[in-house]
Amino acid sequence: MNSTLTPPKSKLWWNEPVEKSELIWISIVFVWGLVMSFMMPYWHVTGNQNLSNETYKTTPERFMSKAQSFVDEYTVRNEGPRNYPVVKPPPGGDVYMVARLWDFWPIVELEKDQTYRFHLSSMDWQHGFSLQPANINIQVLPKYEHVFTLTPNSAGEYSVICNEYCGIGHHMMIGKILVVE
Amino acid sequence: MTEIFRTCPDTGLKFHRPAENLMKANAVAAVVFLLVGGVYGLLVGLTRWPAVHLLPADWFYLALTAHGLNVLIFWLIFFEIALLYFCSAALLGCRIATPKIAWAGFALMLIGALMNNYIVLTGNATVMMTSYAPMEAHPLFYLSLILFAVGALIGCFVFFGTLVVAKAEKTYEGSVSLVTFGAITAAIIAVFTIVSGAIILIPTLLWSLGFIAEIDALAYRLIWWGFGHSSQQINVAAHISVWYAIAAIVFGAKPMSEKVSRMAFLMYILFLQLASAHHLLADPGVSSEFKMFNTSYAMYLAVMASMVHGLTVPGSIEAAQRAKGFNSGLFEWLRRAPWGNPTFSGMFISLVGFGFLGGISGVVMGVEQINVLMHNTVYVPGHFHATVVIGTTLAFMALTYWLVPVLFRRELVMKKLASWQPYLFGIGMSGVALFLMGAGTLGVPRRHWDITFSMTGGVVHEFPAAANTLLALNGLSVILAIAGGAAFCIIIVSSLLFGRKLGNEEKLDPPIMATPPEDSDYEGIGTGAISVPGTLVLAGVFFVAFAVYYFINWKYLAETWGIG
Repeated sequence: MNSTLTPPKSKLWWNEPVEKSELIWISIVFVWGLVMSFMMPYWHVTGNQNLSNETYKTTPERFMSKAQSFVDEYTVRNEGPRNYPVVKPPPGGDVYMVARLWDFWPIVELEKDQTYRFHLSSMDWQHGFSLQPANINIQVLPKYEHVFTLTPNSAGEYSVICNEYCGIGHHMMIGKILVVE
Repeated sequence: MTEIFRTCPDTGLKFHRPAENLMKANAVAAVVFLLVGGVYGLLVGLTRWPAVHLLPADWFYLALTAHGLNVLIFWLIFFEIALLYFCSAALLGCRIATPKIAWAGFALMLIGALMNNYIVLTGNATVMMTSYAPMEAHPLFYLSLILFAVGALIGCFVFFGTLVVAKAEKTYEGSVSLVTFGAITAAIIAVFTIVSGAIILIPTLLWSLGFIAEIDALAYRLIWWGFGHSSQQINVAAHISVWYAIAAIVFGAKPMSEKVSRMAFLMYILFLQLASAHHLLADPGVSSEFKMFNTSYAMYLAVMASMVHGLTVPGSIEAAQRAKGFNSGLFEWLRRAPWGNPTFSGMFISLVGFGFLGGISGVVMGVEQINVLMHNTVYVPGHFHATVVIGTTLAFMALTYWLVPVLFRRELVMKKLASWQPYLFGIGMSGVALFLMGAGTLGVPRRHWDITFSMTGGVVHEFPAAANTLLALNGLSVILAIAGGAAFCIIIVSSLLFGRKLGNEEKLDPPIMATPPEDSDYEGIGTGAISVPGTLVLAGVFFVAFAVYYFINWKYLAETWGIG
């Protein structure tokens, strides 16, 4: 009479046969693990959603000056309650977005089905780039410039919401991306 | 010297008095911090209910910080230290090694936990449990966590020392029991975890004091999660040990095979820590190869271990029930289980909730590409309320009902309420998990005071109306779960204070420790070569749910913007 609370009855418990139901389940689970392991590299080859990890060390000053030149070059108008510049880069071009306490700057206007190279960094603490309602969520770190591409697939007004807690103004941190036909 | 041990008349376990006192102190401290953290949790849940929006912003973030630390760290680790002492000294029937040092460890943990609560409550450390650098807290915040961690580390080494004592004094024969083996797993993971915590928190403390100029944000995340995620693996190893223990307590169950269950525990040690990297899937500066390696090779082997326990725990129960004669059909063993016994119902709800809600969502969220759909949305707290609250907390609650008479020698009071408590807590917390996950798939951010953006001067985002509904349903579920949590605290505290004292020789009726079936009773159970067909069917249902949900999320992913 042994239980899970008592020492195994047989001292050589590792030689005892395994239950058949256990063997069946272990085989299923093992194959499933292989399927799931396969899916990630498979999606890298065939899928359209693979977040790049191209990253450069930077400083808030350096990143801000690059973002400023981007804004200076491509601003088409100012709008919204904050009177922020709306910046429209050429299709395929670079987009700089600054995350800082507590907003995303500037407003960006993109064309549908065009691919843009985003550069994202934080001026201060950690932030979260949460593009809604597309629901794309990326961590933003200070002193790291993250470069990835985004290809909007439908037109409309999108919000960028901070979803990494960044102090008392966290819930005020919001920005906009506009997608036009 | 004869007085220093007592034999529990109900269980036959031999308790070393100093060990017993340490178990009691740690268990009581645990319940107190659960109570404190639960109150903060209620405040958080009601604030996130848009129509209620209870707390102002600064108090919301403060309450959220305190909630996380009190329940996720203090409640669980105090209870786990009690559990380690139980699984060593009580299960092996030996004296505890160095009780004075164990008390010093307890004191450090208590000082750390109190100091942490103080500094958070003053508003100088509203940095969330993760305290991501370069956001800075008061130095006492980091110091308090370091003190707590050192205390917990001492507890782990007292546990290892006690194993050595038991071996040297030959208080058991052969190998330790499966439950003790699981506890050893938890303790080994705990050592790794606490060392990771020290590696990141000590420099962070020095940085907050001005001795170090900078803490790199990415390095902080990488090492912090070696601590933050691994500590969840302590919880998993500990609560699975508790499941196995309850299978023996309620049913007299034995492991289906020692080898498989122990291998599954061993795989936790080997692979879980590496899997911590799934917190960095949406981070810059971490390569895809690193992300895939850690989430497939490492994580899936650990997931495999959990799925094995998911079969062998109910399987051992099914086998024991069948051996007792509940052998007809697929599910007579389950129907005839004692559903009114909170030790069993709590354990079973914990098992099902951990697997179906917590396990599946965790694996899906841990896929490199799919993570982008969920990272830092309320899907994340939805997931871990299923793993750590339904899974770990409810399992610990279930065991506590049994520990009240065994360890404290008091009869449980309010037994009727106790028989309902796991359902109240389990259903409430399942609601929390499901509704938060639902809101997360709609993009609702975690740790966020105001998703109506009323303070932004007019720059707003409108979430789908369903998001508000889901958060309201979450608020209602929080109330239900908190009612269950409060019921637990009231029952346990009242039992310890006012429960009838049990005599040293008095045996409870009905007995609270099942007699294991004879080996011969196990012969010919189940169908043909399959001894546990019911469990295998349940596992099949789980697998189908898992696979369907997994591929649905790939489909969701394919529908969003191109990301490269």
